Amino acid sequence: MTVYYTREHEWVRVEGDSGTVGITDFAQGQLGDVVFVEVPEAGRAVTRGGEAAVVESVKAASDVYAPVSGTVTEGNQAVVDEPALVNTDPEGEGWFFRLTLSDNHELGDLMNAEQYKEYCEGL
Amino acid sequence: MSEPEQTLPLDGWHRARGGRMVPFAGYQMPVQYEGIIAEHLWTRSSAGLFDVSHMGQLIVAGDGAEKGLEALLPADLMILKEARPKYSLLLNHEGGIIDDLMITRRGAHFYLVVNGATKAGDIAHLEATLPRGIVLDHMKEQALLALQGPKAVEALARLVPGVEALTFMTAGAFELAGAKAWISRSGYTGEDGFEISVPAASVEKVADLLAGQPEVKPIGLGARDSLRLEAGLPLYGHDLGHDTSPVEADLVFALSKRRRAEGGFFGWHRIARELAEGPIRKRVGLAVEGRQPVREGAMMVDAEGSEVGKVTSGGFSPSLGAPIAMAYVPLAYAVLGAKISLASRGRIFTGTVTALPFVPHRYHRKGAPQ
Repeated sequence: MTVYYTREHEWVRVEGDSGTVGITDFAQGQLGDVVFVEVPEAGRAVTRGGEAAVVESVKAASDVYAPVSGTVTEGNQAVVDEPALVNTDPEGEGWFFRLTLSDNHELGDLMNAEQYKEYCEGL
Repeated sequence: MSEPEQTLPLDGWHRARGGRMVPFAGYQMPVQYEGIIAEHLWTRSSAGLFDVSHMGQLIVAGDGAEKGLEALLPADLMILKEARPKYSLLLNHEGGIIDDLMITRRGAHFYLVVNGATKAGDIAHLEATLPRGIVLDHMKEQALLALQGPKAVEALARLVPGVEALTFMTAGAFELAGAKAWISRSGYTGEDGFEISVPAASVEKVADLLAGQPEVKPIGLGARDSLRLEAGLPLYGHDLGHDTSPVEADLVFALSKRRRAEGGFFGWHRIARELAEGPIRKRVGLAVEGRQPVREGAMMVDAEGSEVGKVTSGGFSPSLGAPIAMAYVPLAYAVLGAKISLASRGRIFTGTVTALPFVPHRYHRKGAPQ
C-alpha cells in the first residue's frame, strides 16, 4: 500500500489496482472549515486531472481532481453528511471516493510523501 | 499591477497570535486565527475582538461643514445630536453609492468612519466637493478596534467603567489603557458591542488588555464577513457600489425624513423618483436550498435562462448551518417567500426570499434592561 500526492493537493492510496482519493492536510488547512462536499457516484469514469469532486469551505469553492484515471467504485457518504471530517481527518475518514485504476503507470507522475512534503514547504 | 500591501499597527500582534494574513483593502490583514466557524460562533456567544484599523477615520471641520456634508449625503445633520453615530452614504450625482459610512457630531466637527478600500476615493471626493474653508483631516495615526458579542459589555466595562451606560448608536470619550479612546456602541455583526478608536501608538496595549479578558478572542476578516452577512448588513464593493442606489439597496432608513422631502443632495433626482415609483431591482436576503453555498457573482435566471439578477454576497451561515445570500432581484421578486433560480458553478439552485437579518440583531437599545 502506497500513498501518492498531486500538485493540486490530492492524495491517492493504492492497493493493487484500487485507490482511495482525498485531499491532503495541507489542502484542508488552506481551505479552512469545510461546509460542503460532493463526491462522484459509483460507476462514473474519471480522467487524470479531470474534475471528480467538489469541496467548499466557508471561504471558497474548489474542485477536487482525479489523481489518476479509472472508474469510481464508491463515494464517501460520510463526508457528504459531515463535511467537517475533511478538516478533522483529511487523510483518513475524510476520504472522497474509491476507484479502480485504469492505468497504474500514471502513478509514476505523482509524488511520494517525502516529495510532497518538500513541495508544500516550497509554496 | 497592484501596490504592495501596507501593514497595520497590529500586524505583528496578529501574526504572534497565529493570524493568517491575507491582502485586503491594500493591507495585510488576518483572515482567521483558529477557524472561521469557531470564531464566528465565539462572537455570537461571547465576545470577539476585530482589528478594523484599515478603515478611514476622518474629521470634517470648519464653518459650513454641516451644510457642506449635507450636499453629499442624505442624513439630517441639522438635528444630529452630539455623540450619536449615524449610518449614512456618500452619493454620486446619479444617486449611486460612493461609500457607506458612520458620521458623528463631536463638538465643532464631524467624525466619519469610512471603508478601507474606498477611503482614498472618499477623501478625493470630499476634497473636490466640500466648499472652501472646510478642513478635512485623515487621522492616519488612529487605530480602530471592534469588540462584538453578548459579553462585550462585560469585558469592556471591566476596563472602562461607565462604558456600559452607552446604548446602541451612542458614543463618548473614555480612557483605556492610559490612552484617550473614542468608543461607540455599534458594530457590524448584529451583536451588541463597541467600536473603539485609539491612537495607533497605544493600540497594541489596548488589544492586549482586551484580548486578555476571558470573554474575548481575536477574530479575523472571514468571520467578520459571515457575521455581517447573517446580520443582513451590506458590504461596500459587493452589495453596494457606484451603480446601486440607496432605494435599490433597501437602505431607505438612511434617507432622513427632512432630506427625503427637501432633497438638496447628490443623486436626489433618481432617489426621489425611485421612492415614488419603486426601483427596478432591490436587495433581498435569500435562503438557499441544500447545503452548497451560492456565492457572489452567481446569476439569478428566469425560465429562459436569461440573467435577471445577481448574488452580491453569499456563503454558509455558521449560526443557521445553511447557505444564505444577498442578491439584487427584479422588484416583482422582492417579496417574502418568492422563489428565485440561481445559476452557480454550472447548476441551478433555488433561493427563497427571506427577511433580513437572517439572524436577529441583539443591539442594546435605549430603554432595554442592562
